[in-house]
Amino acid sequence: MAVASGAYKKALEGGQQPKPVLVKIDRVTKKFDETVAVDDVSLQINKGEIFALLGGSGSGKSTLLRMLAGFERPTEGRIFLDGVDITDMPPYERPINMMFQSYALFPHMTVAQNIAFGLQQDKLPKNEVEARVAEMLKLVQMTQYAKRKPHQLSGGQRQRVALARSLAKKPKLLLLDEPMGALDKKLRSQMQLELVEIIERVGVTCVMVTHDQEEAMTMAQRIAIMHLGWIAQIGSPVDIYETPTSRLVCEFIGNVNLFDGEVIEDMEGHALIRSPELERNIYVGHGISTSVEDKHITYAIRPEKLLITTEQPTHEYNWSRGKVHDIAYLGGHSVFYVQLTCGKLVQSFVANAERRGARPTWEDEVFVWWEDDSGVVLRS
Amino acid sequence: MKIRKIKRALNRITPNGRQAVIGVPFLWLFLFFALPFLIVIKISFAEADVAIPPYTESFTYAEQKLDIVLNFANYALLTGDDLYISAYLGSLKMAFFSTLLCLLIGYPMAYGISIARKEMQTVLLLLIMMPTWTAILIRVYAWMGILSNNGLLNAFLMWLGVINEPLQILNTNLAVYIGVVYSYLPFMILPLYANLVKHDQSLLEAASDLGSSTFNSFWKITVPLSKNGIIAGCMLVFIPVVGEFVIPELLGGPETLMIGRVLWQEFFNNRDWPVASSLAVVMLLILIVPIILFNRSQAKELEGKA
Repeated sequence: MAVASGAYKKALEGGQQPKPVLVKIDRVTKKFDETVAVDDVSLQINKGEIFALLGGSGSGKSTLLRMLAGFERPTEGRIFLDGVDITDMPPYERPINMMFQSYALFPHMTVAQNIAFGLQQDKLPKNEVEARVAEMLKLVQMTQYAKRKPHQLSGGQRQRVALARSLAKKPKLLLLDEPMGALDKKLRSQMQLELVEIIERVGVTCVMVTHDQEEAMTMAQRIAIMHLGWIAQIGSPVDIYETPTSRLVCEFIGNVNLFDGEVIEDMEGHALIRSPELERNIYVGHGISTSVEDKHITYAIRPEKLLITTEQPTHEYNWSRGKVHDIAYLGGHSVFYVQLTCGKLVQSFVANAERRGARPTWEDEVFVWWEDDSGVVLRS
Repeated sequence: MKIRKIKRALNRITPNGRQAVIGVPFLWLFLFFALPFLIVIKISFAEADVAIPPYTESFTYAEQKLDIVLNFANYALLTGDDLYISAYLGSLKMAFFSTLLCLLIGYPMAYGISIARKEMQTVLLLLIMMPTWTAILIRVYAWMGILSNNGLLNAFLMWLGVINEPLQILNTNLAVYIGVVYSYLPFMILPLYANLVKHDQSLLEAASDLGSSTFNSFWKITVPLSKNGIIAGCMLVFIPVVGEFVIPELLGGPETLMIGRVLWQEFFNNRDWPVASSLAVVMLLILIVPIILFNRSQAKELEGKA
């Protein structure tokens, strides 16, 4: 996992003042024959932010990106950039540039020629083109490779050239299609931070598409989770992880333990939930506005917030008895799989803060417990 | 100890699998290309003679003396006589312009096939290749029927009322161009198609994204990237057309001066094998330049893939 990036810091600090909207996607639908790839999606992207479209394959995230670039035309809906309707504008007229997943560098041109290509289309004078190319090469630290052909470069170098090429025309919006897709894992985390740093230095608004949640959380200030063509949730990485609004988002991002339950007491300041899978009731420190008829909910709790102890907790709520079923030692932390008395397996992350501490081992009787505000109540 | 040494030496000279596999085509080329060509070279240094075969021996061995007689007169004759020089130039001109025509007609066709739907591509390619399943001679005869004064083309034009009397097309250079371009077009289209179909569509999207119109992307991206296909196609047309005999013989007229015909005449009408052989040797020397170009582009293509 990469170090917390500038994006994360910005997301924590800069949430207060509203930013001007750059891109407005207004009820866009895209159908291929009869399959609906993007289903009535509306969203706004603010100036200067890095926005990630996160989803599995077939979620419509790439189609949405390609509609922003102009390679696909929406079946319905409009797309606005800076207040201008760009829905029917061909890609070569849009002030939007894209970094392709395969980078799509022109193999018959040198690095410098690749970067200059877009500028030459604008019929800029030669010295201006050269100056801009030099500036871009410096930005991505590729100056000494200017005369190389793409096939003489490594994966990471190619990515930098692709980035330089897409930034050369000073686009209003930068699109990244699976930016780390072609890199190996080690290089990935390094390039993620480098990419964010360059994008922020240039100050360009950026929309990225990825299926890798870690990548989205490291790089983006806001994330839209896409599923089957619609957006399940939009929010900062923290929002999406800590307060998911649906079971789908919750399961998509990170690991989670889910308990089915029924609200038995719902007050303004607290609520009680009974789950047949747990020995004790769940106490939540806030009211749940459930409907009178349907009292069924799902209680979600992240494995790192589910704690393990060998002594029976003294409080009345929020714990259950179990037996250690399996332990996976991962170095930084261990995953304990605890089998509750009802037979359900739950996960708990335990940080390995001490080199060798006394901890429960296989088949030990343990108790899992959590704080009042550790979990999330989900109604869908 | 000795046995082991002998075994090792034996192992070294018996070919392993890889050498055997490469060896077969080499042997083939040696037997059916290099050897006959060496014989042609040998004949080109002989003198014409009334004998069987109709040339003098270059090597004679008598009384423990090896006599080697090399006759350079044939080559001197080639450079001295206008007929041969203009025949070479005529062939090169014919090859050059038919290659150009094939490229101009073949490139759009190959491009069209490469962007067609996958099932359609197979059908279109089959249509391109189908005529080559018929013997070239029959197809050229068919063209004679089409182009002759009372042939299909003239009848059609007269029926339309465009012309009043038949055009003389057969037995002119025009007929040869038509025949050559028709016969060699598949050899231009196939390598071009093979190249174009591999092109990465995302490159064109990238160009479009960077502000390039479709037309501009075609010239800046598609054409340069198909360079090796263009070279391969051009060479596959140019090289055989230089030595083409059947088409100029059947469709051409007295004005059609090409080296293949001259060679034939020297060989069969004049029975002057040595001059005919030297004509062939010089033709090969002329063709070596484009052959080297062709090979280099093929090597580059392989390198690019690696």
